[in-house]
Amino acid sequence: MVLAPGLVLVAGLAAGLKAVTAGESPATPAVETLRLLGKQRRRTPDDDPGLARVGLALLPVAAVLALAVVPLGDRAPVDLDVGVVWFNAMEVVAWFAVWVAGWGPNAVTSLAGGYRVLPLGLAYEVPHMLAIITPAIAAGSLSPVAIAAAQQDLWYAVWMPAAFVLYLVSVAAMAFWGPFAAPLGRDLAGGAAAEHAGLDRLLLLAGRWMLLTAAAAMAVPLFLGGGAPPPITGPDPFPGLPALWFGVKLAVVLGLLLALRRAVPMLRMARFATLAWVVLVPLAVAQALVVTLVVLA
Amino acid sequence: MTALVAVVGALGAVAVVTGLLVFTVNSMARATFLLLASFVAVGAVLIGFGLGYLGTVVILMMTIEMMIMVVFMVMLMMNPAGLMPMTMVHNRRGSWAIALVVFGLLTTGVWLVPFPTPGPAAVGDPTLALGDALMGGQMLTMMTLGLALLATIVGTVAVAVSRR
Repeated sequence: MVLAPGLVLVAGLAAGLKAVTAGESPATPAVETLRLLGKQRRRTPDDDPGLARVGLALLPVAAVLALAVVPLGDRAPVDLDVGVVWFNAMEVVAWFAVWVAGWGPNAVTSLAGGYRVLPLGLAYEVPHMLAIITPAIAAGSLSPVAIAAAQQDLWYAVWMPAAFVLYLVSVAAMAFWGPFAAPLGRDLAGGAAAEHAGLDRLLLLAGRWMLLTAAAAMAVPLFLGGGAPPPITGPDPFPGLPALWFGVKLAVVLGLLLALRRAVPMLRMARFATLAWVVLVPLAVAQALVVTLVVLA
Repeated sequence: MTALVAVVGALGAVAVVTGLLVFTVNSMARATFLLLASFVAVGAVLIGFGLGYLGTVVILMMTIEMMIMVVFMVMLMMNPAGLMPMTMVHNRRGSWAIALVVFGLLTTGVWLVPFPTPGPAAVGDPTLALGDALMGGQMLTMMTLGLALLATIVGTVAVAVSRR
């Protein structure tokens, strides 16, 4: 039950960090939240607000449901034996959410922004699936708890670096973040978010931060050994505090994702689709093949 | 057990009702949403039956499938943009006839086919047992087919993308 407020808090902290790196005040996200809460929603002629609000409300809900199977420390809130697949299923709900959020207002920029989610999704999803299934192959389980436990001696980020990098790139695309922010692009005056104000806008923007945070959290059990200390440190300096190690690793992954936004300019969807299918998919298949051969040998 | 039956029954009702509503709305986005809701309810029913993997995969694949359907809408529909009203049904008389005949055949079939008597409960992972029952000796064929399909998709995209 503390999962949703906890996710909101961590996502808010991440948003504050982003504000600092963008040269704004760290309180900007909080101020912006209060401002949006105090504003009225906006309607456009002949719109479909009901459908748009279904999507807008689904975005943060999907983020919380995705986080529910992630072990925060040594135990997951819901220890699902097919947790990796469940996580994937919840994150594709975001495609639908952003698409209807852009569709609802019946406005050009908003609609085009919503449609941009589709080529983005079609480009990142296959490398993403291969990237999350590779640790599962190595651990012989689809449960994130079991995958984290299988990394006692060697982090999967070290053993399968290509899968780790592909995971980071694809979750940035999943949360339409950084170079993949085209659905909310400035060239479309805000894209899918253009016509949303007040609570609607807050749900979309906060839901996106929550999605990014939940995806960063999943990287910890999949690639960074979960709540265990790094294998090279020898005896655990903080025994019995897996949640602490989880928090440190989550902060590192979030930092990498924030740096990605600063380092790479916005990509055109068509170029990213080419890159994904010509480079990223073969790379992901090769990584999965290497891991499978090592596991079988 | 009774609670599980009630929940699964309610989800089944949701799946049927949202499936029917698909044909009553006048916007493609609403139809997509209702169809997705119907499929997700079916996925949840499978999870209720203890088939966690299959149910989750149904939710995952159906969500992606609906979104790919939207790509086809953009490609093929005359007006994939605004909220111009549209109808989800065509050829009313013909479809009524087809629907009634198919319903009649299926209903007759339900009563005529000898139902299997419940054997011993599946041992171990029900997903594994179901997969073995469905594919059995064809597993290698299916795996090869899947890989060939993936290679075809990648190849098609690589050929179709024009490089400037």
